[in-house]
Order: sequence, then C-alpha cells, then structure tokens
Amino acid sequence: MTSVSTPKAGIITTLGAWLLAFIWISPLLFAFWAAFHPATGASSFDLFAPLTLENFSQVLAAAPFPRYFLNTFLLVSLILACQLVVCTLAAYAFVCFPFRGSGILFMLVLIQLMIMPEILLVENYRTLANLGLRDTILGMGLPYLASAFGIFLFRQTFKSIPKELEEAARLEGANAFQILMRVFVPLAKPTYIAFGLVTVSYHWNNFLWPLVVTNSVETRPTTVGLQVFATVEQGVDWARVTAATLLSVAPLLVAFILFQRQFVQSFMRAGIR
Amino acid sequence: MNKSRNFLYGSLLLLPAAVLLWTFTYQPVLATIYNSFFTTPKGRRPSVFIGADHYTRMIEDPVFWQALTNNILYAAVTIPASMGLALAMALFVNSRMSGQGLVRMAYFTPTVLPMVAVANIWLFFYAPSYGPVDQLLGLIGLGHNNLLGTPSTALWSLIVITIWKEAGFFMIFYLAALQQISPTLIEAARLEGASPWQIFRRVTAPLIMPTTLFVLVNALIGAFRLVDHVIALTKGGPDNSTTLLLFYIYETGFQYWDTSYAAALTVFLLAVLALIALFQFGYLDRKVHYR
Repeated sequence: MTSVSTPKAGIITTLGAWLLAFIWISPLLFAFWAAFHPATGASSFDLFAPLTLENFSQVLAAAPFPRYFLNTFLLVSLILACQLVVCTLAAYAFVCFPFRGSGILFMLVLIQLMIMPEILLVENYRTLANLGLRDTILGMGLPYLASAFGIFLFRQTFKSIPKELEEAARLEGANAFQILMRVFVPLAKPTYIAFGLVTVSYHWNNFLWPLVVTNSVETRPTTVGLQVFATVEQGVDWARVTAATLLSVAPLLVAFILFQRQFVQSFMRAGIR
Repeated sequence: MNKSRNFLYGSLLLLPAAVLLWTFTYQPVLATIYNSFFTTPKGRRPSVFIGADHYTRMIEDPVFWQALTNNILYAAVTIPASMGLALAMALFVNSRMSGQGLVRMAYFTPTVLPMVAVANIWLFFYAPSYGPVDQLLGLIGLGHNNLLGTPSTALWSLIVITIWKEAGFFMIFYLAALQQISPTLIEAARLEGASPWQIFRRVTAPLIMPTTLFVLVNALIGAFRLVDHVIALTKGGPDNSTTLLLFYIYETGFQYWDTSYAAALTVFLLAVLALIALFQFGYLDRKVHYR
C-alpha cells in the first residue's frame, strides 16, 4: 500500500508507532486474557494462571447467543440485499435518466446523510407500530433499506463510467435494464464491495434502534442480546461478561483479521468522495 | 420524446427509494415538528394543541441544559483528540516501517467492534478497586475510584472510550488522503531543503485539508448520534452527568413515554444537525477549493 518513494521511517517514528499500537490494542488483549481465565483470576492479573473455556460454555448455557447471531445475520442480509437494489436503481436514474427536478430530488436524498433513522426513533417507532411490525426483523431493517450514502456512492461511480460504453450497448440493442446489469453494475464492482463491507459492519454493530424495536429472543440481534446478558450479569461475574462480549464480536473480528486489507481499502474507497 | 422517456424511467427507478426515504426520513421529520406542538396522548385522553409549551418547558428544563452542555463538552474533547490521534496514526502507517500491517491493524480494530461490546469491555476496566484502570491509578496513589459512578469523572470515562474507538476510523480517511498526495511534491520540497516539519506544514497539511473537514463533519454528526455507550454504561447517570441529547430523547420517549416532549427535543437535535449541514454546504465548500 505504501509507494516505494516513501522514505523509511526513523527509529523514533517506528518506536512511537509501536508504542501507540500497543496502547491501542492492549484493552483487547486484556479482555482476551480475562475471558480465558477463571473469574477469580480476572481481577488479580497473573500471566500464568491456568487457561479455561469455562466462561464461554457458561455464557452459551445462560443466553441464546446462536439465535442472536442468526437474527443479526438475517437482519444484515435483508438490509444489504435491499440497499444494493434500491440504491442501484436510484443512482441509475440520477445518472442516466435526468429529468426536470431530479437535481433537487438528489439534494433531498442527501439530507439522510445528516438525519439517520435513529435520530427520529420516536416517530419511526410509531410508524412501525402502525404497520404492526414491532419486534420483527423486517421492522428492524425497514428504516435502513434506502441508504443516501449508497445512492451517493453509486451515483459517483456510475458517473465516472464512460458514456461510450453505454452507447455501444444501446447500439447492440440492449434495453435500459440490460445496460444497467451488463455495463454499470459489473464496472462498479469495487464500489459494491466497499459499500457492502461498510454497511455490514455498520448494521452488525447497530444498537439503539434494534434495542427500541425488539422485545424477544426471536428478533434480538447480537448487540442487544449482549446488553441484555450484561445487564443481568454486571458486577456478578466479569469473566463471563467479557467472554460474552468477545463471543458476540468474534465473527466480525475474525472476518476483519482475515480480510484486513480489503476492509481498510473498502473504507478508504468509501471515504474518498 | 426523450424527455418524457427520461421522466417515466427515472421516476420508476426512483420510486422504491423515494417511498422508503419518505416514510422513514421526511415524513417523520414533519411529524416530529407537528407533534411537538401537542400534548402526549394518554390512555383515552387525546392529544391537545398546546402551542410552544414544550419549548418553554425545554428552556426551563435543567436536564435538557445539562444534556446540551454535556454533549458540547463531549464533542469539543472527543473530536479534536480523536482527529489528532488519527492524523498521527495515518502518518505513522503511511511511512515504511517494520510491522506496518500489525500497527495498522492495532489502530483500526477497535473501529470494527460494536460500541456496546466496547462499552462492556471498558466497564470491566473501570471497575472500582480491581479494574485495571483503577489499579493503574492506584500505582500513583489515586486508587479506589468509582470512575463511572462519580459525576466529575463519568463523562470523561466515556470520552476516553469514544476516542479509543473513533481514532482508528478517522485514520482511514487520512491514510487515503496521504496516499493521494503525489510523491514528487514531497520530493521537490525535500530537494529545496525543507525539514520534515516544514514539509508537513507547507505541503501535506494543506493537501489533506478537505479530508480534515470531511472527517470533522462526520465526527460532529457522530457526537450527536452515538449514545450506545451511555445506555450500556451509565444510563445518563450519576446525576445526569453523562446524559447526551439523543440519550435524553430516548429516555423521554421510551422510559417516561412522553413522546411529544421527546418530539420537541428531537426538533432541537434536528436544528443542531441542520446547522452542521449549513456549515458544511455553505461555509466549508466555499473555503476549501481543492475539491
């Protein structure tokens, strides 16, 4: 990722970078240590205390984390799939079918970058109750199915695709839908991956809105499930709370460590506007 | 002919997004403003028009003012601190050094974790007497604090968590900006005999200014949007010392079920966000001519 011409860092810079990295990661290392040791050991730090998986098995016995994972997975899949479709169609309209007033409509879309659905949670909760969708996974995802960020990002990408490609496809007799699927979508693949990773990590981690909407084991995502578990356990058993916390972040953390480069590059791509 | 075709196709393609955005963004904004002028319906008692009563109540509400000052302090500390650290991290990671990948991962990992999980990890760190933070403070003779349970330290404890989580996120944007700078510019400055500090001050800093402002706007929105750690750690306490605006809205709407007053509070928060938007679109875009 670094260009060859970048000068090699001096010893002080390297030490500084390493020191900051150690400080930054140490809370997580400590959490790992606490989760794999008996509760009594967690408070008195002893590097050579015996390791145990006891905390994890107790957590799994006490709370339905597998179900929470399933709920999160369903929620994130629903949101991602719908966002990709809805935002692609909207971006395609803004780029290829401009009409009088569509510029103003685009400005209106951008408002959602500022006002995300969780800011309006009182009103959105009322809407959801009227639709009879409280405590459902669909209801939890519904306010997020159209993403201004996605529309913005896809529009930028579509705009950068040469008009000639679109013209060529049209001359060969492709209709509007075929042009979208065969020209625009394939060429925007890196943007789709970038947007996908950003939106998956956002919704995997989302908490406030799911907390308000969900009320049962069948719908609660992992973040809310963790909070419910921790509220009961707080002050009782730190090792178990820490184990539950690590358990709940494990899938995303493993994915992140495996695909670190893609994650970082995707976030960078999504950030360059 | 082409015009009407564009309108037909364009509006059909926009329809799904328009319906969703209307239902969950525009309509609720209008409904929030409307409802803030009515009483909260209770049981069989319907809501009654009360004009600006909720807003006068807001002005006289000490908890609202506390939430606002907390939120301003929270933003004023977390934003410069995490942005400064983010820039340092990006400069570190952008220079060639051994273990670069590991260092970058260490900075970025807190960002991919949910705030609730982060809060629960730190809850243990802040535990009185046996939590690591208190034990460290004990080494310099300041031990036995209930950091989250004392009004003077609780908000600061949350601020530390936020900085820890956000800095790595902002680093990414700086890193992207640094990598866009042409190496020939740096090289030219070095040939002119500029010191590393001069290069940063005269070449790098102006070129990453648009990124700084982009990050600033995101950080401002984040400071008013993310209250997960407040819910997980302090519930706004002790004595409302950690109540932030969105948390107060949540508390008013879903703990006290006073939805109309919550609507008035939301209108205030929307006004804050509108100010940020005006700042971004009006002031910043004119000042930053690099875009």
